[in-house]
Amino acid sequence: MVKREVIGAHYGLRDWLAQRVTAVVMTVYTLAFVAALAGMPQLDFASWKALWTQPWMRYATLLFLLSTFVHAWIGVRNILMDYVQHIGVRLPLYVAVILALVLYGAWSVQILWGL
Amino acid sequence: MRFSIYRYNPEIDEKPYMQDYDIELEPTDRMLLDALVRIKAQDDTFAFRRSCREGVCGSDAMNINGKNGLACITRLSEVREPVVIRPLPGLPVIRDLIVDMSQFFKQYHSIKPYLINDDPPPEGERLQSPEDREELDGLYECILCACCSTACPTFWWHPDKFVGPAGLLQAYRFIADSRDQAINERLDNLEDPYRLFRCYSIMNCVDVCPKGLNPTRAIGKIKDLMLKRML
Repeated sequence: MVKREVIGAHYGLRDWLAQRVTAVVMTVYTLAFVAALAGMPQLDFASWKALWTQPWMRYATLLFLLSTFVHAWIGVRNILMDYVQHIGVRLPLYVAVILALVLYGAWSVQILWGL
Repeated sequence: MRFSIYRYNPEIDEKPYMQDYDIELEPTDRMLLDALVRIKAQDDTFAFRRSCREGVCGSDAMNINGKNGLACITRLSEVREPVVIRPLPGLPVIRDLIVDMSQFFKQYHSIKPYLINDDPPPEGERLQSPEDREELDGLYECILCACCSTACPTFWWHPDKFVGPAGLLQAYRFIADSRDQAINERLDNLEDPYRLFRCYSIMNCVDVCPKGLNPTRAIGKIKDLMLKRML
């Protein structure tokens, strides 16, 4: 391959936007979660389990986790872009990160609906 | 007054070192540049750039007590002793306080820093409304001294790929110009994970700009326009 600097990949805006949107989702969820905790009649196993068996709690948590994974993908990819200069190493690392995050997504569903 | 100055002459010195100077100042010496000129009179091997000596040309940008600034508009009464002076961080040192700015200007040129307008030039001038002209305030004042870009960790890390705050402020200066016709090409040119989106808005550039400009705001406006175009 010729040793020339190539730039101009024509992406970045969607990721920048996604990072901001997912950050808002995570903030709202965190506040709602604290409110839900504060609103629990008492902190015992029964009310804790009751909280987690409500569908809205499951869906909200899933949305929060998926937002975290999307946010994490962009952040980790940027770190790899900064520190892993060889593209032959960087690409397999990208693939590994994506596979891990997809796996975490499936695992989250399994945990949330298995409670 | 005490100074500790970065010295390096690659033809003689194996590595850079800090040299201390004690200088008798005259009452007319008001700015740091006046003191540097006194030091130069005492030790003519000391090298630095200067030209207009009034904050217009941007030649004497340097790192003063850890913060980038122009020596000619930095008051001696406001700097802590000993005054530690180093070259602008992140750029290759040619000698003492003189750095190689090629990379900086390469990024500047990459944003096409000139008006693009294919209409035949009118008899007089290309006119703007006062409101359109107002949008260029806080942009056209940039003197390209490189204080901002060399205070930016992303520019230190990716000087070949990230345009840097100075280049991006200049890019917005032409994007915002109502007389320019290449706004879409300019946005295309910047839509890149390295060129524009390596800015994480840490605002070092705003902190150091000797002209009081705000590159972070200009960068935000570029992103807003890209967003507007996408949606």
